[in-house]
Amino acid sequence: MLNIKCPYCGMRSQNEFAYGGDATVKRPELNKEVSDKEWDTFVYLRKSPRGKHLELWHHISGCRQWFKVKRDTVTHEIFKTAKISEDI
Amino acid sequence: MQKYSVFSLIKNAFKGHKDWEVAWKDPTPKSEYDVIIIGGGGHGLATAYYLAKEHNITNVAIVEKGWIGGGNVGRNTTILRSNYMHDENGLFYELGMDLWRRMSQDLNFNVMYSPRGIINLAHSDAQMNAYSRRGNSMRLNGIDAVLLDREEVKKLVPILDFSENVRFPIFGGLMQPSGGTARHDAVAWGYARQADSMGVDIIQHCEVNGFDIVNGKIKGIKTSRGNIKAKKVGLCVAGSTSVLAEMLNMTLPIETHLLQACVTEPIKPILDHVVTFGAGHFYCSQSDKGEMVMGGDLDGYNSYAQRGNLPTLQHVLTEGIAMFPFLSKLKMLRTWGGIMDMSMDGSPIIDKTHIEGLYLNCGWCYGGFKATPASGWTFAHTIAQDKVHKLNSSFSLNRFNTGHLIDEKGLGTKTWIS
Repeated sequence: MLNIKCPYCGMRSQNEFAYGGDATVKRPELNKEVSDKEWDTFVYLRKSPRGKHLELWHHISGCRQWFKVKRDTVTHEIFKTAKISEDI
Repeated sequence: MQKYSVFSLIKNAFKGHKDWEVAWKDPTPKSEYDVIIIGGGGHGLATAYYLAKEHNITNVAIVEKGWIGGGNVGRNTTILRSNYMHDENGLFYELGMDLWRRMSQDLNFNVMYSPRGIINLAHSDAQMNAYSRRGNSMRLNGIDAVLLDREEVKKLVPILDFSENVRFPIFGGLMQPSGGTARHDAVAWGYARQADSMGVDIIQHCEVNGFDIVNGKIKGIKTSRGNIKAKKVGLCVAGSTSVLAEMLNMTLPIETHLLQACVTEPIKPILDHVVTFGAGHFYCSQSDKGEMVMGGDLDGYNSYAQRGNLPTLQHVLTEGIAMFPFLSKLKMLRTWGGIMDMSMDGSPIIDKTHIEGLYLNCGWCYGGFKATPASGWTFAHTIAQDKVHKLNSSFSLNRFNTGHLIDEKGLGTKTWIS
């Protein structure tokens, strides 16, 4: 069981959260011509690192806020969590 | 190579089983090979076997970080099927079914192929319609499919919950009678033994640390046991694909996720088929030892840990108990996890890459085991001819860029989409 510290509600069990994937992926800029390659990279391509991973989680059965988590994909250790607007 | 038969068994029994040859050797890596396959799992072993058998390429090495059969080929739930709707998948997996049927004879190794039939349960009229459509598509591709109504399912699997007041009543199901199971370890060992006998070097405990690429062409690999030159290199490393891709400066349309499976204590024969739940993700079969073998969803977050977490297991088994209430009385014997190379459309990738002489085999998601022979056969063809075979031409790496996705279920890394 992962224990995840929601930046708004504090430490809760994994059961309250939904996973949102890699937080380092950037959407192509709005109101700009986007090439197929840029879309491909944004929608499908992922680094999927072995080790430290910055990711999004959603406190779906709690405050319903999205936030960032820095987690190890091998040990599942969670180093830090932060609000979307904060740096991690 | 010593042939396994009832006669060799009797002969060796008289000698106290002291004279059996080793099934495969433990060679030191040579300085150069025609082909190096990275990953000594089912797919890697099968690829090396078909390279030798179908293409007469025997100067081949399999390089494995751990030991053969220690990864997903020994961690899956042993199910074989080709019950897909899309032509790309159906025809590819049906080649696999053909190879499964002959595998024990072909490898001279009993893989305990058991075509016991796989039944996908339906829990609504709409689902029956969808299954009818999928069954028709399968039959058009020459794959066996039978649509079962509620009474027919009840006759085949009476142990299912057929009571009236359940949340997901059983309306019927789609059955592929030739689907079934095989003993996964035997598949790895059988391929390894035959590949070894044809001259393939199986190099275990040898980790790949880098690649030697000159002018966009592969020249060799760097390993924990020294540098090895190669004309061609094939990647068959499932959940570790992204780690090797990083060494190659490639970013792939896959994520590595954790998938769990479990077995109960052994009980007397009660379930003759493989049965899947239609209102969630759960499937179950009974092993020859009598254990109920079960699996379901991913844990749901990127993971390279080969061990699972309780919430997903609890969720999966809730579905299991909804299907088979008697499961709640059984003790759990073992649970384990493996790491899956989840592609973004849920279909695999078997293709060449932008690096000359480097070939990629990954993206097997939930279904790598059943694909073992077909994957090895087509990957061997792709490597030997430097050209994809018709059967894996759709499993291209650039289909995400061109929009030619194979959305059988539309289910990749995002389990919540289902």
